[in-house]
Amino acid sequence: MQLQQAIQELITKMADDELVIGHRNSEWTGLGPVMEEDIAFSSMAQDKIGHAWALYRILHESFGGSDPDQFAFLRNAQDFRCCHFVEMPIGSYEFSLMRHFLFDHAETVRYQSLSGSSFTALQHLAGKVKGELKYHTLHADAWVIQLCTAGADSRQRMQSALDNCFQLAGGIFEPGEGEDLLIAEHIYPGEAALYQQWLNNISPVIEKAGLILPALTAPVYGGRKGQHTQYLQQLLEEMGEVFRLDPEATW
Amino acid sequence: MQTITTLQAVYNSLEHVMDPEIPVLSVLELGMITDVKVDIEGVHIKMIPTFAACPAVDIIKENIKNAVERDLQMPAFVMVDKEVNWNSNRLTSAAKEKLRDFGIAPPARHEGEVSVDLLIKTTCPHCGSENTYLRSPFGSTLCRALHFCRQCGMMFEQFKPLS
Ligand SMILES: [Zn+2]
Repeated sequence: MQLQQAIQELITKMADDELVIGHRNSEWTGLGPVMEEDIAFSSMAQDKIGHAWALYRILHESFGGSDPDQFAFLRNAQDFRCCHFVEMPIGSYEFSLMRHFLFDHAETVRYQSLSGSSFTALQHLAGKVKGELKYHTLHADAWVIQLCTAGADSRQRMQSALDNCFQLAGGIFEPGEGEDLLIAEHIYPGEAALYQQWLNNISPVIEKAGLILPALTAPVYGGRKGQHTQYLQQLLEEMGEVFRLDPEATW
Repeated sequence: MQTITTLQAVYNSLEHVMDPEIPVLSVLELGMITDVKVDIEGVHIKMIPTFAACPAVDIIKENIKNAVERDLQMPAFVMVDKEVNWNSNRLTSAAKEKLRDFGIAPPARHEGEVSVDLLIKTTCPHCGSENTYLRSPFGSTLCRALHFCRQCGMMFEQFKPLS
């Protein structure tokens, strides 16, 4: 694999993760347990979709890829590179909160490493996004700790959510084909390094919350190769519906 | 001399381009303008959005273009500056004053990194008390956080510090 192609794969998987989890977050609008959580999930959805767009724009501008709108909405599911974790339906509030906690810490680690990337367009975007992500992890940490210390029943539900999420979250760090090249060219440090840093960052919060971190025995891989759950196809149909009505419309 | 006069006129014009989400602040006061040049083609303006996913960027770009073309009667070209990232220290002190008058707590100055400490004990813009707590880091727009004042019992928003 060529370096140019490897960079595009990296950007595509990041953008697809953000687009899909952004749409999942937006499904909480009107359903959050309290008004602040409604607003928080809507804001985070807006942020994620905005970041996805910035990444699609890099593909378009730096690599002559197709128009960002077209790329986002008119691809088939097997052309997406998102992990299964972001595809899962919103489920219970505990599930969505735990996903938000695990995903946003992973994203923070990724953008932090990219803020030193040798690829200028990513380095610049990362510099901007990593500051904003502070608010996402701050929000997640506060709620995880708050719910875990709100009684045995609440803590138990959060532990189940963590147990249900953990193998899926491991899929964020599915190794990619061109990774050695990306590491050698200082584009980013590779998935294994990000995974270690992620564990370092989430562990203190997990501990403070009184949760037990499961072992990563069977991370759910496949998304980065274009193998997806049934949920992705459904979500893409919903997302694309408006767009397909008039693909020439400007947004 | 001609160019200096024109540059000044561009800045005068920009003073009247307000942020759609905070209509008391101009794009200059927000620190969104990074460069202005005038040449034979017209006026070239570089700007930066506050938050990456700011939905108002295209509207703001359009407003800048329209205002400058109207006031100077010459073509204006507005571009997003890819070299510079916005951070909340770019807000002028006049802007912070106006924010407070508007009922939004201004961001505290940061030293390159934003810590949780910058968010707690934010001074209430209504009563000036520091007996407040952070209710949610997400407010009605991406750039705002939600606080509660124990002193006057009111919820208020803060323009978030961003590094
Ligand atoms: Zn007050």
